[in-house]
Amino acid sequence: MSLRTRLGSAREALGTRLADVRGRDEVDAATWDKLEEALILADVGVATSTALLARVRERAGADGVSDGADVVDLLKAEIIGRLDGVDRSLSERSSPSVWLFVGVNGVGKTTTIGRLGHLRVSAGRSVVFAAGDTYRAAAVDQLVLWAGRAGATVVRGAEGADPSSVVFDAIEHAAAQGADLVLADTAGRVHTRRNLMDELAKVRRVAEKGAGSVTETLLVLDATTGQNGLVQARQFTEAADVTGLVLTKLDGSARGGIVLAVEGELGIPVKFVGVGEGLDDLVPFDPGDFVEALFEMGE
Amino acid sequence: MFENLTNRFEGILRNIRGKGRLGADEVEEVLREIRVALLDADVHLGVVRTLQDRIRERALGEELSGVLNPGQQVVRIVLEELTGILGGATMPITFASKPPTVVLLAGLQGSGKTTASAKLALWFKAKGRNPLLVGADLARPAAVEQLRTLAERIDVPVFSQPGDPVSVAAAGLVEARRLGRDVLICDTAGRLAIDDHLMAEVARIAGVLEPHYTFFVLDAMTGQDAVNVAGAFHQRLELDAVVLTKLDGDARGGAALSVSQVVGRPIAFASTGEALEDLEPFHPGRLASRILGMGDIETLIEKAEEAFEAEQAEAAAARMLEGTFTLDDFLEQLRQIRSMGPVGDVMQMVPGMGQQVRDVEAELDEHRINRIEGIIHSMTPDERTDPDVIDGSRRARIAAGSGTQVSEVSRLVRQFREMRTVMKQMGGSGSKGRGRGPKRGRKGKRQGGGGRTTPRGPVKVPKEGLALPGLGGDDRVGGLDPGVFGRGPPRSQG
Ligand SMILES: Nc1nc2c(ncn2[C@@H]2O[C@H](COP(=O)(O)OP(=O)(O)O)[C@@H](O)[C@H]2O)c(=O)[nH]1
Ligand SMILES: Nc1nc2c(ncn2[C@@H]2O[C@H](COP(=O)(O)OP(=O)(O)O)[C@@H](O)[C@H]2O)c(=O)[nH]1
Ligand SMILES: [Mg+2]
Ligand SMILES: [Mg+2]
Repeated sequence: MSLRTRLGSAREALGTRLADVRGRDEVDAATWDKLEEALILADVGVATSTALLARVRERAGADGVSDGADVVDLLKAEIIGRLDGVDRSLSERSSPSVWLFVGVNGVGKTTTIGRLGHLRVSAGRSVVFAAGDTYRAAAVDQLVLWAGRAGATVVRGAEGADPSSVVFDAIEHAAAQGADLVLADTAGRVHTRRNLMDELAKVRRVAEKGAGSVTETLLVLDATTGQNGLVQARQFTEAADVTGLVLTKLDGSARGGIVLAVEGELGIPVKFVGVGEGLDDLVPFDPGDFVEALFEMGE
Repeated sequence: MFENLTNRFEGILRNIRGKGRLGADEVEEVLREIRVALLDADVHLGVVRTLQDRIRERALGEELSGVLNPGQQVVRIVLEELTGILGGATMPITFASKPPTVVLLAGLQGSGKTTASAKLALWFKAKGRNPLLVGADLARPAAVEQLRTLAERIDVPVFSQPGDPVSVAAAGLVEARRLGRDVLICDTAGRLAIDDHLMAEVARIAGVLEPHYTFFVLDAMTGQDAVNVAGAFHQRLELDAVVLTKLDGDARGGAALSVSQVVGRPIAFASTGEALEDLEPFHPGRLASRILGMGDIETLIEKAEEAFEAEQAEAAAARMLEGTFTLDDFLEQLRQIRSMGPVGDVMQMVPGMGQQVRDVEAELDEHRINRIEGIIHSMTPDERTDPDVIDGSRRARIAAGSGTQVSEVSRLVRQFREMRTVMKQMGGSGSKGRGRGPKRGRKGKRQGGGGRTTPRGPVKVPKEGLALPGLGGDDRVGGLDPGVFGRGPPRSQG
């Protein structure tokens, strides 16, 4: 199922701003206001929205566009243009390769690992989960349940153990078993906690010391996140060198527009999106589908 | 980004001084800035529009005050409007005449429901209640395990069973009555507002529980969608209030304002961390200044106080270990110990102090402390610093001055000397860990609902270092991110 079909229900629940714009055969101040509102309601943010619309205005002027529907198409094309041509693959160039999952609390890191693990196991890889969240209550139990579903094995440490040593052990274990991939879970943390960000940087460093190497550090971002998402991306990148985003909970009514700012300002590509709580509800990010979903609000 | 909102307003309004009112053009310009600031703080677009109208009306209508400059005056209007939406005082929680008082938590996935359930259980416990936690999230892997683990830390029973969440809730209510628990807190699975099936399910849970309080758990980082979600939950559940989580991050939290406005319900609790004692009653004024990125004025002051108290305590501890501990320190310690609860629990954990503590403890009631206080207050500063100078005639003077017996004075001085000797012998140890780990849940700084363990003396905040951001014209701390709080003493004291 494509992202677009999966988002069907969410779309119906939303307003009709763009339908308004499309229905008009002139382009005036109200057109631009409505477009800006649509972007802002999708959490794209004022700065990115303003920049996008400035470009579209320019192009509309140059092309002599005077019809609402055409302006909407220009806007979509502008966004897709920015998202296209980006490498969104996940690198497995080491053996074992380590993918580290980071992010604030409750965004969907553990769930993403379960599902991505499932995808890789289905593709014939041998996968180890590192239970690097040694803090949250029952975090390890949750990961173990996901490993069962995904067909991965779990390496765990004691409660309260140093997460970097758990991740290190998992990598050594994977190497000894000849496994291909280690998916390392970490505890959620808000980036304002200096010591916890240092802890994360250490996990990242220590993970490089063993048999494998970290080929991806994925920041998991919840689609309901507003403007703080950009701050999160900046801070986690500083601590742990983020290589990509996973945008979860896109099956809800939130649009996840903040990733436009993250890709645009920080150049961090969205790689996968979460569209539900089930085992198969993780799909590769598709710019076209994403932009349609961003805009097709009740159209 | 908008820490300097006031400065910007002042820039725009610079030429206003001397006129009686703001002009329409300047107000529009200011309103545009306000709009961007609010949207960047995740306040919902619709709410921003309403606010703009109200601010416009007031800004145009009000006489310019002689006290504040025009920029400050506009900031005050904005803050008042935001605070107005968030509601006035902290929401009171009352108890059902026929127990149990039932509390239901609902919200999106990962918003913090399970953690908040356990936190509320702790909060009720601290109020002397006997809560039962009901685990009705049967969807998320290990959700009930998580609740059980948290509940164990605070010694609160959990009820759950396999099957379906509605029956779990119903059986939980029966169980609460059977066990005579007077508060029932029901944790539920996360669900999307657009998931009709699950929304109907939570409505059925509410149907069997008939909760006295239904809380919507909202992540402070949520963006524009918050109002849609909260609206949908409100429609199904008739929310009573919001529990706002993850305020320890630096999200501005505008979503909470929007939800308050749209649903017309207050924010009851603020969650500021993962540890179970990180739950506080909500302060509207704080969130308003946070949304405007002006630094959290109230929190700033409170943190400064805490830092000040911590510093004092540390200095006293250091003096203690050096053997230069004074009677003033002693008195302060007594007061703090008293505010911490039973002395035995606290002081006997200090190695080598058992006997001395027991001696003191035996008489450490309110009355005795008052007498000790009287005695120490009747001493000269020299005597308090070094009681060895207290001879017979001084003892008589002190006893007379404090209305006590000479023997009491002697005994106090003797006990103090013994204590000091023991402390001197102990000197040397005393590092304090601040990392995360199992330790963290026991930091002991807060008890239950955030009650203070150190007495609240006069506010000893270095006032000049704490010029209110923006409002005082001195912007020394104006650039503080809300996230700065909790990272030690404020940077402003330099
Ligand atoms: N609807 C929906 N829920 C999700 C998605 N991804 C994760 N979740 C839910 O979000 C909650 C938190 O997920 P979890 O993986 O534990 O987050 P973590 O704290 O970052 O590890 C759980 O209830 C998950 O089932 C998604 O794509 N859609
Ligand atoms: N930093 C921070 N994390 C929190 C707070 N409240 C909950 N969490 C964390 O957020 C994550 C999700 O919380 P949980 O209670 O499982 O959410 P639920 O899925 O709604 O039940 C967990 O990692 C919690 O430890 C808070 O106030 N601050
Ligand atoms: Mg997790
Ligand atoms: Mg939960």
